Amino acid sequence: MTETPDSTSGAAETAADAPAAPENIVPQNVVPENAAPETDAPVLEARGLVKHFPVRRGWALRGAYVHAVEDVNVSLHSGKVVAVVGESGSGKSTLARLLAQRTSLTGGELLWHGGRVPKAGRAYSSEVQLVLQDPFASLNPVHGLRYILGRPLKIHGTADGASTDEAIKSLLERVALTPSDQFIEKMPHELSGGQRQRVAIARALAVRPKVLLADEPVSMLDVSIRLGVLNLLADLRDRERLAILYVTHDLASARYLADTITVMYAGRVVESGPAVTVADSAQHPYTQLLLSAVPDPDRDGAPRLTGAGSPPSLIHPPAGCRFHPRCPFAMAKCKVQTPPAFAVGDGHTSSCWLHENDQNAQASPAADTAGAA
Amino acid sequence: MNALELSDPVLEISGLSVDYGFGPEAVHAVAGASLTLRSGEVLGLAGESGSGKSTLAYAVTRLLRDPGVITSGSAIFHGKDGEQDLFDLDEEDMRELRWSQISVVFQSAMNSLNPVFTIGVQLTDVLRAHNKGMGRGERKRRAAELLDMVGITADRLRSYPHELSGGMRQRVMIAMALALEPRVLIMDEPTTALDVVTQREILQELGELRERLGFAVLFITHDLSLLVELADTIAVMYAGRIVEHAPAEQLFRNPRHPYTEGLLGSFPALHGERKAMTGIPGSPPDLRQLPPGCPFHVRCGYALDVCSTQVPELLPIHWEPTEPRRAACLLHTDGFEAPESLKKTPETTAPRAAEIGSAL
Repeated sequence: MTETPDSTSGAAETAADAPAAPENIVPQNVVPENAAPETDAPVLEARGLVKHFPVRRGWALRGAYVHAVEDVNVSLHSGKVVAVVGESGSGKSTLARLLAQRTSLTGGELLWHGGRVPKAGRAYSSEVQLVLQDPFASLNPVHGLRYILGRPLKIHGTADGASTDEAIKSLLERVALTPSDQFIEKMPHELSGGQRQRVAIARALAVRPKVLLADEPVSMLDVSIRLGVLNLLADLRDRERLAILYVTHDLASARYLADTITVMYAGRVVESGPAVTVADSAQHPYTQLLLSAVPDPDRDGAPRLTGAGSPPSLIHPPAGCRFHPRCPFAMAKCKVQTPPAFAVGDGHTSSCWLHENDQNAQASPAADTAGAA
Repeated sequence: MNALELSDPVLEISGLSVDYGFGPEAVHAVAGASLTLRSGEVLGLAGESGSGKSTLAYAVTRLLRDPGVITSGSAIFHGKDGEQDLFDLDEEDMRELRWSQISVVFQSAMNSLNPVFTIGVQLTDVLRAHNKGMGRGERKRRAAELLDMVGITADRLRSYPHELSGGMRQRVMIAMALALEPRVLIMDEPTTALDVVTQREILQELGELRERLGFAVLFITHDLSLLVELADTIAVMYAGRIVEHAPAEQLFRNPRHPYTEGLLGSFPALHGERKAMTGIPGSPPDLRQLPPGCPFHVRCGYALDVCSTQVPELLPIHWEPTEPRRAACLLHTDGFEAPESLKKTPETTAPRAAEIGSAL
C-alpha cells in the first residue's frame, strides 16, 4: 500500500505530511491574507448548546419536543480540525447548523473570539461557512461555475468587475481544480461528485471565512475520491489555518483527518479528546460499541458487539445517561443522573459514571440540571 | 477456503454484457463479466457507483428496466430442477424461480414494504403465493419462525412498517427473501443506509443463517473493507468489467490489480500510525466516453503505452498460475514485469497493521 500511484492533484500532494504530524502546523511561505494570528483562544466556541425542535405532527404529541442537541460544548481553533462523530439522529448535523446560525438556539451560547458572536446574516456568514453533504443538490444546475463562484464574491464585495474572473480562478486553484481557466467555463453537470464538492468548498472559501463547517462532506462521494477531498480540508487547515468542523459518521476518516474527535450519542457528547487517543483507547462504552461495529479488515476473527439495540426516541429520551438502556455496564445511578464529562486523560473526557472515581475528575457546569429537561 | 474451491457452482455467469440503449448511443454498463458463485459461498462484488455492479445483479435476476438490454452472455443456475440458463427462461418460469430459488434484497428494500399492511400479512402473502398447499395456521407459524430467525419477536407480526426502525424493516426484508429457502441470495448494498451498529448486527445474523441454511450470497457493496471481513471471495468491478477476482484475504493483503490496490488505499485505517494517503487520482470513469484500452489506464500509476490500446482480459496471474485468482491487467501477463507492490505474496507481506499497532 506504500506505493500508491502519485496523485495528480496538487492538494493531495501538499497535504501529504499533514495528517501524520498535526502538531507541526507551520504555515508555508505563502501566508494568505486571511490567516488568523497564532493564538490559543478558540475562534468559535459553543457553550452548553441546546436545541429542541417542536413536534408539529400528531395531536398525541402536541407540545412535545425532539431533544436534538443537549448541553454540547465545542471549541474550534484556527488551524485545527474538530471531528464530530455520531450515527444518524445523534444531533451532529443539528450542531453544525447551530454553529452556522442556520437555526436558533434553544439554550447555551456561541462565542466569537471569546466575545459576542456576530448576528446571523452577512456579517456572520462572511466568517463562518457551511459545506453540505450532497454536492449534487447544493450547486444550481442552470448556472456555470463562473456564476456560482462569482455570486459570493459580488455579494460580499470581496471582488468586483475585472478582478472577479481572477478571483474565481484563484479559488478554483485553491481547491485544486486546474486548469482553472477551463473549469471556470464548466457547468455542474460536467463535473464528477468529487469535483462538485470541491466547487462547493471553493464557494465557501470565496468570502474568506475563518471557520468551515463541513457536514458529511465526503459521504456522498465515491470511495476512491473521498481522500482527495479530505486531503483538501487538511491542506486548508494547514496552509490557510482555517478552523474546521468535520461532521461524519465514519470514525476512521475522523481519525485520519481530525486533531480532536467529539463523539455524540442521542444529542449529547459522550466522549471527546485527541483524535488518535479516542480512536485507539476509547473510554466511553458507546464509543467502544461503535468501534466494535466498524468494518476493520485487520481485526482477527469476528467482532464482538459490546452492546445492542438502536438509539432511543429523542421525543422522550431516557432519563440519566441516554445510553443506559443499551449499555452493558449500566448501574442504578446511570438511570437517574446525567453523567458530566470526566477527565480520563490529557484533554480526553468521557461522560460516563464509570470514570467518576478517576483522578482529576471534573464536572461540567449545568450538566446536572440538563438531565431533567 | 479449500472446501469452497471444491463445492459445486450454483450460479455461473459468463460473458455477461448489458447495454443501456441501442446502437452507437448505447452505454456499456457491464462488459463481458464472468463470475462463479459456489454453493454456500459469500461472493463479494465491490465497485464504485457506475461500475456496473448493481446492473449485473438486476440482469442476472432479469429485473432490468428499460432501456437496459442484455446483449450477450449466459447465467447458468444449478437449481432443484437441474441446470437452467436464466436468460432462456420465459417470464413465467423466471417469476417462479425468483424468490423460491434466487432471492434479492436491495438497498432500499426496507422502503419496499407496503405501508398499509402489517408485517404478518406481507410475510404470509409470500408463502401463499409460492406455496399453495400450505394451510393458514401453518403459514402464520412459519411467518413467526422467519421473524424469529432474523431476531425479531413474533408479536411484531401485527406491526405496520412505520412502527419499525430501518434496521428492523431491513431484517424483515431478509426474512422475506429467505422465506422459501432459496439457494442463492443476492444482496445489493443491503446495509448501506443503516448505522454501523445495526449493519454489524444484521451481518452477524446473516452469517449465522448462512451457516444454518447453507445458501450462497452474492453481496454487492462499495465498501471493500466490509467485504474483506465478510466474503470468502471478492470480485472488483471497474467501468463495467471485473478487474480482479480472488479469495478475500489474498485480495486484501496482496492485491494484483492497480485499481484494487488504489481502492484499498482509500480507506483510512482504524489503527497504527496515521499516515498520509492519496486515494486514486482523477475521476471515476464516464461510461459514455471510456478511454480506449484499459479503462483504468488514465488513473493508473503503472500504466504503460500499450495500456491505452489493448483491453486486458481477466486471466490467471502469469507468474503464479496455480493461485485461484485472476486479474485483468497487462502487467501480470507474459512479457511484462509487474511492479513489486503488485507482486507481494504471503511470505513477503509486511506484518499486519493491527500487530504493529498493538506492539507500540
